[in-house]
Amino acid sequence: MRIAVLSGKGGTGKTLISVNLAAVSKEAIYIDCDVEEPNGHLFFKPENLAAEYISVKIPLVDNELCNGCRICAVFCQYNALAYINQKLLIFDDVCHSCGGCVLFCPEKALAEKEKNIGIVQSGTSGLVHVITGILDTGEASGVPIIKKLMQNAPAGQEDVFIDCPPGSDCIVMESIKDADYCVLVAEPTLFGVHNLKMVHDLVRLFRKPHGAVLNKCLEGYDPAAQYCEDHGIRIIGRIPFDHDLGTLNSNALIAARENGKYREVFTSLLQKVREEVQDAAAIDFKR
Amino acid sequence: MKIVLPANERSMEKGISVSFGRAPYFLVYDTDTQEGVFIENNAAKSQGGAGIKAAQTVVDTGAKALLTPRCGENAADVLKAANIEIYQSINGSLENNISTFNKGELKILSEIHAGFHGKGGE
Repeated sequence: MRIAVLSGKGGTGKTLISVNLAAVSKEAIYIDCDVEEPNGHLFFKPENLAAEYISVKIPLVDNELCNGCRICAVFCQYNALAYINQKLLIFDDVCHSCGGCVLFCPEKALAEKEKNIGIVQSGTSGLVHVITGILDTGEASGVPIIKKLMQNAPAGQEDVFIDCPPGSDCIVMESIKDADYCVLVAEPTLFGVHNLKMVHDLVRLFRKPHGAVLNKCLEGYDPAAQYCEDHGIRIIGRIPFDHDLGTLNSNALIAARENGKYREVFTSLLQKVREEVQDAAAIDFKR
Repeated sequence: MKIVLPANERSMEKGISVSFGRAPYFLVYDTDTQEGVFIENNAAKSQGGAGIKAAQTVVDTGAKALLTPRCGENAADVLKAANIEIYQSINGSLENNISTFNKGELKILSEIHAGFHGKGGE
């Protein structure tokens, strides 16, 4: 089963939850899709590392053939091309690799060249296979890296935990696209509700079965729990606002591997997730 | 010689725009004939790369200088390729900037920022 863990902003606990779920699963694949600042590997400290470069295609001009018609520059929605002093200037960092300029060039003056944008690194930590996407600083989009990460992920019986980037934009869509179930992580604040709404809208748009895990729970009124109740989101777990858990986590230790109490918390959360996935599959089958 | 200034409104008495790439208008001013025309900046609403497109517009006017409070590095690269000088504008109206430029009192813009890349700025 493929479980995506997402939230509307950073720091809610996506990595805490996906890392610990993977750690309590018998054999698991943990995929860090937060390619702008992946941190799951800091917890797993994977060994036997292997890396693969990921590249995109960007335009390359032959100024001998270019006649300055500017069809490419007008076409480009990101304005990655300019025609100055009888020469085409290409801004590699602005290019989103759509390939449109190459297709539209009537003089065939544009070709494509490869540009590295980051790496996919894989290794092992106990029985967990840890795969990390790392985007080079300054690159426009991590989507090509996510695509590669998802291609490599097996679609069989293994437990796959996808630690998504924060937010609800293209890169998150790419990360949840093939997920069987989405875990929405939320904080018990009004700001947390705002961010929960963003990802809730997204998973509904994608018609993904989903449930919420409320993190940093305190006694008393919880606006995130209220939002879940009002919108029919099942709360599949609550993680307390806990000093010891915070300490373990901020020391880059995997709580479920260090402490029986937390192993219990995440084992029962994993059990709950499995039940939810089975329910979702049964409902899907009935359709 | 033609010079270009980013403008918020089509008025010589109004202030210079704080943004180059996303200024609504450009004033194209000819210092010889002392005549100016306002043109729309079609880069203002771009998803990204507004500075590049705006700089292309400036180059296409045939201007030799740009007067602006700030400029991103991609736009500066385009302007440099066209040998357009970038001058640091002063607070005050477009008129005021032009007269200061004519007196030779504007400095070359020394600080080129890394660009906002769709993240706004002001």
